Amino acid sequence: MRFSDEFEARFAEMLTHYPTRRSALVPTLLYAQDEVGFMSDEVIAELAQRLDLTELEVRNVISYYSMLTTKPRGKYNVQVCTNIACQLRGGEELFHYCRKRLGIGHKGTTPDGLFSLEEVECIGACSWAPAVQVNYDFHENLTNGKMEQLLDEYKNKLNH
Amino acid sequence: MATLVSHPDEVRVISKRFGQGATDIDRYLQLDGYKAVQKALAVEPDAITNEVKNSGLRGRGGAGFSTGMKWSFVPKQSAKPKYVLCNGDESEPGTCKDRLIFEHDPHSVIEGVMIAALAVGSNTGYIYIRGEYRYLSVIMQKALKDAYAKGFLGKNIFGSGRDLDIYWHGGAGAYEVGEESALMESLEGKRGIPRIRPPFPAVVGLWGGPTVINNAETLAAVPHIILGGADWYAKLGTPKNGGTRLFCLAGNLNKPGVYELPMGYNLKKMIYEVGGGISNGRSLKAVVPGGSSTPVLLPEEIDIAMDFDSVAKAGSMLGSGGVVVLDDTACIVKFALRTMKFYRHESCGWCIPCREGTDWLEKTLTRFHAGAGTKRDIDNIYYLAENMLGKTFCPLGDAAAMPTMAFVKKFRKEFEDHLDGNPCPFEKAGAAEPVLA
Repeated sequence: MRFSDEFEARFAEMLTHYPTRRSALVPTLLYAQDEVGFMSDEVIAELAQRLDLTELEVRNVISYYSMLTTKPRGKYNVQVCTNIACQLRGGEELFHYCRKRLGIGHKGTTPDGLFSLEEVECIGACSWAPAVQVNYDFHENLTNGKMEQLLDEYKNKLNH
Repeated sequence: MATLVSHPDEVRVISKRFGQGATDIDRYLQLDGYKAVQKALAVEPDAITNEVKNSGLRGRGGAGFSTGMKWSFVPKQSAKPKYVLCNGDESEPGTCKDRLIFEHDPHSVIEGVMIAALAVGSNTGYIYIRGEYRYLSVIMQKALKDAYAKGFLGKNIFGSGRDLDIYWHGGAGAYEVGEESALMESLEGKRGIPRIRPPFPAVVGLWGGPTVINNAETLAAVPHIILGGADWYAKLGTPKNGGTRLFCLAGNLNKPGVYELPMGYNLKKMIYEVGGGISNGRSLKAVVPGGSSTPVLLPEEIDIAMDFDSVAKAGSMLGSGGVVVLDDTACIVKFALRTMKFYRHESCGWCIPCREGTDWLEKTLTRFHAGAGTKRDIDNIYYLAENMLGKTFCPLGDAAAMPTMAFVKKFRKEFEDHLDGNPCPFEKAGAAEPVLA
């Protein structure tokens, strides 16, 4: 299995950063997921082999980290923070709005595979709450109106 | 990109390069960048450690331990390599300050790691950034590359004959990894299960070698201390709390934002003047002064200095600098429930009191908030929390217990208002169904 050239270059370099191969595992898993979309059996087998680990060891690590998933997600993963700072400024209402608008619940994916939705823990945007991450992009000081616009923008991105 | 704010009471040390384009290494050099590390290279390692000790700098991650003291615990001689590990796994709810440092001044963190490495005699440093902060990892990877290209890192740095490598490392979503021993496990490619101490990381850390672990903000302060001197830095704060810190003002405020204020700045003033007071013309109900794990303070308890010792004296903790302000429309039971939901989600399950405690507490609080609680539940919530305290490998159990006990103690009446089938008095009629099902 081969990933992008960028992934391979980073991976090869990362192996030189640590005294053990295993140490490269956590960031490598996330970069692999970004390319494949999820932690597929194939990715797990490949990375286990590359890092001298058993597949079980890799799966053990995957299950610990909340960003890693063994199930495919939509193209845009909408992560709504409802933790305390966001809760006080309408984070839960925003999450409800997304549920209604997308017609899916927590960890659901729209039938067209475009959007997934997740209620997430603190993403470090407390002073700009309520906040959402779509994949890695932060969107802050949101309202339902701004959220609607944002979802439309992502939808239109695909059509162009 | 997060919005920057300002207030006349700010004293800009850590944040002085924010908005100045300092991610560019040449711009950083124009703004006194990499001068401190050259100064540090010219002196004995102990002199660096003493300077940091005398500055009164205390850990900005939350524990508030003396940074210089921490460095002095690293043995001079070691058969195994020594390491410096920068903790940028910022994830304490209410905290969003390291994010700004990485975004605006990544080289200050690199320089801080370099100086720490010189002080303890290490040739290798790691900068760990939480997985959600991918855009910051991109910034940091570039900053490191630029520092190597200039010859500031790698072999024979600044022609000193010393070799020093610093690498980026990334997480993949885990609050617990912000705890130092779990952080090391994560860097070693494992689940972030905490290690028992002693031995402390300063003696047995990464891959068994002595390891200094400091928060990103702590390390970013170090170059300023070396350049400005310990006395200057210490005097910015209060006697046992040197310098300034980034306070993240969040919640029901008119002007939330990250402000750099002197240690010991008055909390009441911070809320009403810096933060612009309570939003929507409401009144203050409570303040969580240092991130979600710190016990809540009542309006009559906030006329205090925001330094580690004063906040501890007031029965809470300065923590990670996340000041979360609740107005009088906020439901404490709901807030306590959301806090507990977080800790239950993040508990790794290694220690039974934390695994079981957070789960039962979330269930009880959920039932309670829905109006199905009994009077006995109130004492039970307190009792469950109390029984987690001090009984776990890492402080996650304490972090879940301490705020919960304070909520029950200080807002008992509000818990009682939810009893016997009474709906939450703060839920508006016709409001959306609760998220926390």
